[in-house]
Amino acid sequence: MAAMAARACGGAWRRGWQHGRGVPGPALSPFPRGQRAVACNARVEAVPAGKSGLAPWVPVVGLEIHAQISSNSKLFSGSQVQFAAPPNSLVSFFDASLPGTLPVLNRRCVEAAVMTGLALKCSINKKSLFDRKHYFYADLPAGYQITQQRVPIAVNGSLSYSLCIDSKMSQMVTKTVRIKQIQLEQDSGKSLHDDTRSQTLVDLNRAGVGLMEVVMEPDMCCGEEAAAAVRELQLILQTLGSSQAVMAEGQLRVDANVSVHHPGEPYGVRTEVKNINSIRFLAKAVDYEIQRQIEELENGGTILNETRAFDSKLGCTVPMRDKEGKQDYRFMPEPNLPPLILYDAKSLPANMNQQQVINIDWIHERLPDLPSVKREKLVEQYGILPEHSFALLNEDGLAEFYENVVKQTRMKPKRVIGWVLNNLLSYLKQHSLTVKESPVSSFLLADLLNLLEKKEISSTAAKQVLAELWKGEGKTPLEIVKEQKLQLLQDQKELEQICQAVIDRQENEVMAIKAGNLKVLNKLIGLVQRETQGRSNPVLVKQLLEKKLEVATREKPHK
Amino acid sequence: MLRASLRQVSAALKEGRVTPTELCQQCLSLIKGTKFLNAYITIAEETALKQAEASEERYKRGQPLGVLDGIPIAVKDNFNTAGIETTCASNMLRGYISPYNATVVQKLLDQGAVLLGKTNLDEFAMGSGSTDGVFGPVRNPWSYSRQYKEKSVPKSHSEDKESNWVITGGSSGGSAAAVSSFTCFAALGSDTGGSTRNPAAHCGVVGLKPTYGLISRHGLIPLVNSMDVPGILTRCVDDAAVVLGSLAGHDPKDSTTIQDNFKPFELPNLTDVSKLSIGIPKEYHVPGLSGEILALWSKAADLFQNAGAKVVEVTLPHTRYSIVCYHVLCTAEVASNMARFDGLEYGHRSDMNESTESMYAATRREGFNDVVRGRILSGSYFLLKQNYEKYFVKAQKVRRLIANDFVKVFRSGVDVLLTPTTLSDAAPYKEFIKEDNRTRSAQNDILTQAANMAGLPAINVPTALSERGLPVGLQFIGRSFQEQQLLTVAKWFEKQVQFPMIQLEEVKGHDRDVFQHKKSASFS
Repeated sequence: MAAMAARACGGAWRRGWQHGRGVPGPALSPFPRGQRAVACNARVEAVPAGKSGLAPWVPVVGLEIHAQISSNSKLFSGSQVQFAAPPNSLVSFFDASLPGTLPVLNRRCVEAAVMTGLALKCSINKKSLFDRKHYFYADLPAGYQITQQRVPIAVNGSLSYSLCIDSKMSQMVTKTVRIKQIQLEQDSGKSLHDDTRSQTLVDLNRAGVGLMEVVMEPDMCCGEEAAAAVRELQLILQTLGSSQAVMAEGQLRVDANVSVHHPGEPYGVRTEVKNINSIRFLAKAVDYEIQRQIEELENGGTILNETRAFDSKLGCTVPMRDKEGKQDYRFMPEPNLPPLILYDAKSLPANMNQQQVINIDWIHERLPDLPSVKREKLVEQYGILPEHSFALLNEDGLAEFYENVVKQTRMKPKRVIGWVLNNLLSYLKQHSLTVKESPVSSFLLADLLNLLEKKEISSTAAKQVLAELWKGEGKTPLEIVKEQKLQLLQDQKELEQICQAVIDRQENEVMAIKAGNLKVLNKLIGLVQRETQGRSNPVLVKQLLEKKLEVATREKPHK
Repeated sequence: MLRASLRQVSAALKEGRVTPTELCQQCLSLIKGTKFLNAYITIAEETALKQAEASEERYKRGQPLGVLDGIPIAVKDNFNTAGIETTCASNMLRGYISPYNATVVQKLLDQGAVLLGKTNLDEFAMGSGSTDGVFGPVRNPWSYSRQYKEKSVPKSHSEDKESNWVITGGSSGGSAAAVSSFTCFAALGSDTGGSTRNPAAHCGVVGLKPTYGLISRHGLIPLVNSMDVPGILTRCVDDAAVVLGSLAGHDPKDSTTIQDNFKPFELPNLTDVSKLSIGIPKEYHVPGLSGEILALWSKAADLFQNAGAKVVEVTLPHTRYSIVCYHVLCTAEVASNMARFDGLEYGHRSDMNESTESMYAATRREGFNDVVRGRILSGSYFLLKQNYEKYFVKAQKVRRLIANDFVKVFRSGVDVLLTPTTLSDAAPYKEFIKEDNRTRSAQNDILTQAANMAGLPAINVPTALSERGLPVGLQFIGRSFQEQQLLTVAKWFEKQVQFPMIQLEEVKGHDRDVFQHKKSASFS
């Protein structure tokens, strides 16, 4: 999130007003819904209206997210689900829509949707229905998609997400977006257009894979909010295991509905932005589209209700080739699937085969801790800052890594976090490694931090050891310390001698100190450190120097 | 031997009086001899003989798989059969060989049945005459019976004998003709609005449409998913019970089949009908019902009453809305189900290659006949956003009312309803095709499709011969999943009416048994 949250919300389209007396508005705060538009507006009011001289524009952003369900087999058939398998190698008779085949609902997909619905605070419909949505397309073999148009499996939820409002990640606000519904539906196949030979190749491996479509209400107002909301959803899905939610592999596909309007007026005409394949691009695409719409309207143009594609190379949205004008999907109930009935502890029939039923309460009780809860626990348990907890959860496995280090070291968790985020994480990022791939295990890092904590090495030396550990040569921190002679000088006499030597050589500094400029003492400490190659304990050195110079520096009082 | 009932021939096989191979060969040769009936689209001679051989081995080892082992059967050509063409009598699927067996086909094969071939139908089962398939109309075997010939005198000399042949009804006309002409002992049909019962009535055989959800539809190429049921065509009610027993039960591949275990049953010989309550729905006395059939219906009611049963007039007030309602629901599902035939994955593909859309359009124009295209068009219209509430939703509501009518009647104590199956006996082909398919279907389905709307089991029992010497049947409609009761009543009735055996002349040479005159037509 660090990268995407670096820019304050609204940064992108503020450029549109820069010709006026624009100054950045006050920080966003988590306004309750209903006031949100006004909230954005409140900030926006600090910047001037556009050329038209009217009230400022308020952007409105809603999202439709398709999350591929993580399951062994497809939503209605036994075919395997696998990314990047040879084309058409995972296609059952049903997936190819051979006449006479019928859908059979995959229990795992239903459970995944229920889990997701519960995690997003939805009410789960005990009875939901399947519908057919018709359109002709080469990668839709049946000529219709089975979806849940009338009664979806989950409705009326909400998702809280946080975003940073300054570049240092130190100020975070929490916002909420309403979840309209979650519906189960089939994925389509893939069409590959070969324009030179003017032919289309169809791969049905993906056809029929289970999707959860999560529909978010238009409660967001900028790319950063959309990005933060999707990132939080992604973390939730991954925590639940209901979707792997890797955008690059198409397991999470986000379409953004964007419009702008003046406060107090009805919503503007919206466009749908598709073809967004990373969270970073989502923020860019949304902000670009907001900016484009404002400029279009400011210049007296109109917004068309159209589908636009985000071109990540150009960083802009372009109209998509419209398939065939307005589609009438001719929705119809799917006659081959009875209503999907779910039970809770109360409604569960006593004599029902447990294999045949899905118990919502049972699933609820077994939900893992969601990211928000995990973060709170981390903050509470280890006394770290909330933004630290975000950083920990943002990397798969990092929180566990951190906790393992904490468990194995005597160092205070508050200090450990610095080592994990500033040293470990930045190294991993630099080298594009995942936490799992880290050459330094939590055990090794804990070992190292213990040496530091036991004052056997200085933190400078610890960093040197860590640099050695990255090489992954299988040495323990202690071995490295010994090899490179990085231990702190335990011999007081030797240290005293070094201190004396430094004092003797630095007459000017000594005079300055004696004259009362105690800051110069730090220079001497540094020189001693250099002399000892970082192996001296700065606190001890300071004491020794003070004693020898017969000055008493007092600790600075706290604030 | 060929005119025997399934149970009789099964006994003969067991006792070794005939071998499966002999039986299969006799049937195959009779199929060839009756080719002019056009009952079969595909004759699976080679595989049938292999299956018969395998069956023979089992009998030799004394380990037959059951009653159906070695029994020659036929299957309507809208059930998928692995390795044997499945065409739906449409250009769209001409030459299509399915990689899998429909569940019902698999069940029959697993029990040792010998699959002789695939029977003719209206294209995609859309029709009530078996006249609208790409392979031509099916001819009713009774057209060639002594009974019909004796009674139907050509009106003028210009009309030659040949043009007087009558239709089988449909859309499972091929299956009905196959059973009726003794080329197989049982056949599968499908029944969406009467497609099994209607041809059964016209061909003088038993046609059973079981309760929706009792038999798997997996592998049946759908017409209307919410009404389609695999149908059973046999020579007698007992045989229908045998086939039902071998097919019924939950199929994990069809989520609309019920989970409850189904126990195959044998039908008792009912002696006392005094505890029975037979309902006569007055709404089935429709305009266009021939006087002859009306009289027969009333005679049948009397038969029950005289035997001590309670016969009551009942009302199913929404019946008259049934046919329009059926039209909307049927065409809507047809439009949806036919969407998959786009020429990409299987079936016919047009050479047109200007664009994907033009290829779709040409493929579907070339692949489907007017009837199919017309239904797709109406169905698509009913499903448009602006029409959905007005037509589809309304039709669904009416469907519920129709189903509730039946619930009320059965709740009032009625066990089984007795109605006519068809408005009249089979029409001569040249008369039949004067009307368009839609009008004919609306007329012919009128007495049968309400049972599909309500999902109820219903059976046609051949009852008597008409004045023209053609079969006429009556329909019994039972309670949901009460097939045993329904068939028990049907069996009692069958025994009372002693429907005459068909006397086929044209195929005399093939099987002498066929022409043994059964001398009991007391009920006509």
